[in-house]
Amino acid sequence: MITMLANVTVPDATVFVIASLIIIGGALGVVLNRNPVHGALCLVATLFGVALTFLEQNADFLAAVQVIVYGGAIVVLFLFVIMLLGVDKSEGLGKEPLKLQRFLAVIVGCGLLATILILAHINWATGATSASGPVSSTTTPNINLLANSIFTSYLLPFEATAALLVIAVVGAVVLARRRTVVVSDSFESPSDSQDVIHDPDGDSGASDSGQDEESGVSDSASGTSDDGHPQIDRLFEGNEEPQDTEEEESLT
Amino acid sequence: MSISGNWYLVVSAILFSIGAVGLLVRKSVLVMFMCIELMLNAVNLAFVTYARMLNDIAGQVVVFFVLVVAAAEVVVGLGIIVSIYRSRRGTTADDLHILHG
Amino acid sequence: MLHSLALVPGFALLGFLIVLVVGRKLGDPKAGWVGTGAILGSFVCTLLTFFGLLSRPASNRFYIENLFSWIPVGSLHVNIAFLADPLSMTMALFVTGVSTLIHLYAIGYMRRDRDFPKFFVYFNLFVFSMLVLVLADNFVLTFLGWEGVGACSYFLIAYFFEKDSAATAGKFAFIVNRIGDFGFLMAIFLIFAHTGSVTYQGADLGALGQSCASGSGGHLLHCGLSSGTLEAICLLLFLGAIGKSAQLPLSLWLADAMEGPTPVSALIHAATMVTAGVFLMARVGPLLSHAPIAQDVIASVGVLTAFVAATIGTSQNDIKKVLAYSTVSQLGYMFLGIGSGAYVAAIFLMVTHAFYKALLFLGSGSVIHAMGDEQDIKKMGALRKYMPITSFTFIIGWLAIAGVPPFSGFWSKGDVLDGAFAKSPILWAVGALTAILTAYYMGREVYLVFFGQSRWQSRANNLSQVEPGKNHDSHSEPHEPTWLMWLPLVILAFFATIAGLLNLPFTAGIGYLDRWLTPVFGTSHLAISTSGKWLLAAGDGVLAISGVVIAASLWRNVWNRPKLEPKFLQDAWGLYSVYEYLVSKPAQAIAKISNNVVETKVIDGAVNSSAGLVGWTGLKLRKLQSGYVRNYALGISIGVVLVLVYMIVRA
Repeated sequence: MITMLANVTVPDATVFVIASLIIIGGALGVVLNRNPVHGALCLVATLFGVALTFLEQNADFLAAVQVIVYGGAIVVLFLFVIMLLGVDKSEGLGKEPLKLQRFLAVIVGCGLLATILILAHINWATGATSASGPVSSTTTPNINLLANSIFTSYLLPFEATAALLVIAVVGAVVLARRRTVVVSDSFESPSDSQDVIHDPDGDSGASDSGQDEESGVSDSASGTSDDGHPQIDRLFEGNEEPQDTEEEESLT
Repeated sequence: MSISGNWYLVVSAILFSIGAVGLLVRKSVLVMFMCIELMLNAVNLAFVTYARMLNDIAGQVVVFFVLVVAAAEVVVGLGIIVSIYRSRRGTTADDLHILHG
Repeated sequence: MLHSLALVPGFALLGFLIVLVVGRKLGDPKAGWVGTGAILGSFVCTLLTFFGLLSRPASNRFYIENLFSWIPVGSLHVNIAFLADPLSMTMALFVTGVSTLIHLYAIGYMRRDRDFPKFFVYFNLFVFSMLVLVLADNFVLTFLGWEGVGACSYFLIAYFFEKDSAATAGKFAFIVNRIGDFGFLMAIFLIFAHTGSVTYQGADLGALGQSCASGSGGHLLHCGLSSGTLEAICLLLFLGAIGKSAQLPLSLWLADAMEGPTPVSALIHAATMVTAGVFLMARVGPLLSHAPIAQDVIASVGVLTAFVAATIGTSQNDIKKVLAYSTVSQLGYMFLGIGSGAYVAAIFLMVTHAFYKALLFLGSGSVIHAMGDEQDIKKMGALRKYMPITSFTFIIGWLAIAGVPPFSGFWSKGDVLDGAFAKSPILWAVGALTAILTAYYMGREVYLVFFGQSRWQSRANNLSQVEPGKNHDSHSEPHEPTWLMWLPLVILAFFATIAGLLNLPFTAGIGYLDRWLTPVFGTSHLAISTSGKWLLAAGDGVLAISGVVIAASLWRNVWNRPKLEPKFLQDAWGLYSVYEYLVSKPAQAIAKISNNVVETKVIDGAVNSSAGLVGWTGLKLRKLQSGYVRNYALGISIGVVLVLVYMIVRA
């Protein structure tokens, strides 16, 4: 292993060490942070670290995309949902309903790491290349090489991704449509919002809406404490109850 | 000469394992989702590393596609989380354990 | 003209389909007219084919219409093919002809029945099956028609299925027929196993039989057959015929089958279906002539059936049951003819019997109709004055079946008895005794129904009673039915009178049926001198007339003679109890054992314990489904690790 580091230039080694630290530190942050907002920020760190390694390995375009799409879009989306749902309170890490789950998880994680490393060591990259073209050349920038490959050999998968994205957008719209109704409704008549949220088709929680209509309140804690199925109430951990009401106010 | 690809692969494996463990121990669906992103990134890193080691652009093309799929997945996944939250009032995966046998 | 052969069953099938699909819309009389028209079409096509066949020289009178390949399996090739030869054309002619008349009659008889179209659906399907049976070119297709008539007879006997006795009678007929079908099937298997073919090979059967005798190979029932196999085949086929033609000991279903509407009795149980057994034996006649044991068995069973059924007929009180037992008896005569080698005589009797028995059944139908569904002949009497046409035609039928010269029955029964005499005088003696009985019991029925004092006026309330499923007008007084019903009677009476002309015995020149059927059966060699024939014929006439005279003297003015109607005969020689002790009781015992032991211990035990096993496994396994997604993810991860370990180990 030491020999592999023998003729490495100092800047390269420095970049690698820093990037690795950022990546692993960020990843640990994601897993260990109780607060999901902090977790999301740690995720950003990891993603930037990965982008660094991309840059280091002649993947300029991918590094840019990594920062823009992951850091700029996906993580923002995460944060947006966290804020929207109001779950930016720390999760009760202390309570673990499943015995052995954590212990086994760590064991399995170690096992995964070990087996991957062993496997990678056995089947170390041989150096045989396929016909897709080089990663870098002195005359053509990386982005041109990538584009050449995508728009020639990989055109069909590329088109398929277009379809995939359309489907994803449609799916997201379908999933979110109720929410739109709720939002627009709640602007006009806040007292109805609960009905619309819970029972647009009369499927779930008919008792909720009925009760709400009778009491005619939607904003206060009374609505929340009363509604919901008993089992669900039992499932929630104690500290989440007030959180719910806050979130509800913010919603409406 | 830049650093050997093997070191990147080691980092990638560590990242993947951390993501997997996180997926197994965290209860919040959102955090579990982030852990999945970690694992995806680990794989991306491995791909880019191999692309460099083998001097083959195909590895980078795959990473490009993984990025697209990840984006789509996040959109749909978050949509599902939102709608689950709407009916369940919680984003804890354990809430769904009333489905036990 | 021969090409219209396929249309013969085709028309019947077409009628069946039309009435089946749009029968309800056509409604009361129209569906019946469509059904009748279809059978009339079949009749016309049969006539065309008949003339086509007639225009050929006698040696070349057969024609096969091959429609399509039905069962091509290995070396077994069964085609849907129809065979026109003198025998099948004779059958088809009287089947379609008599069926047309009975259909016509049924339009009137079934009037205002709740399920009028359904009746004609079954009727047309029945005739179609019968035509397939007689026109088939091979044993398998014949068997198809055989089963078809069996199924249709079940539908029709149990037509008033809301009545318990009708439903039971239908099942009885069906089950008894299964016994016969078993024999038929076994015979087909044997034939195929030994010859590799199931076709009749056209009109060559006669030649085949001879080549069989001389030991030079033939095609179908060819001569690799040992005589034992040949006997077995013939006896198994005869078992089939026993079931279908209600010979002893499987006779009773035909009497019970009188639960069906009267046109059904006429069509199925007199004119067509029960003759299928006789037809089958005639079809394999060339084979049969080389199976002496089978011939003896057939002749003995036939004459015994004829006698026993005739004795039972003397003491029945149901107008239709008398006719039913007379049918059984007449069928016994036909088998006597077959067993004696007098095939033409048997076919001759079958044809004439079709006319006069259909006539008698339809006549009894119009009596029943007029009496408001009363069937007990003890409660009738003196109907001659009210129903002149019916009584006149009925009496013609009586004289024909009794064998009074010069009605048709005299000639046909005479031929059969001649054949029997040539085989054995004992057979002839029993047959002759039966002939007296036939004239007697039919005379008893005629006198009780049409002569003497009327015994129905005192029971006027009976007239308003109606059978379930029927809705006749309540009659104040018996009267003739509509022309739809008496026209067939008149036509049938005409033929019952003159059908003897088909085969007069005086000279060979006027034995039309004899000559016509020669290609099938070969020339008949009756070992009786001409003078002997005259003597026998005179004897037949005397016997018949003496039977009529006895009946007249005994029953003319007296309607109740308990000594002549012993319980023993009314119960059909105790055959019902025999059935009960031989079949019903053991079957019930087996059923009881199955119910109490096999069902509870074996079947329930297996079912319950397998259910218990599944339940126990589920209880144990349900703990795996904790409901925690992370737990499932853990399972997946462990799996991944294991796979990776496997890959490492393998590498």
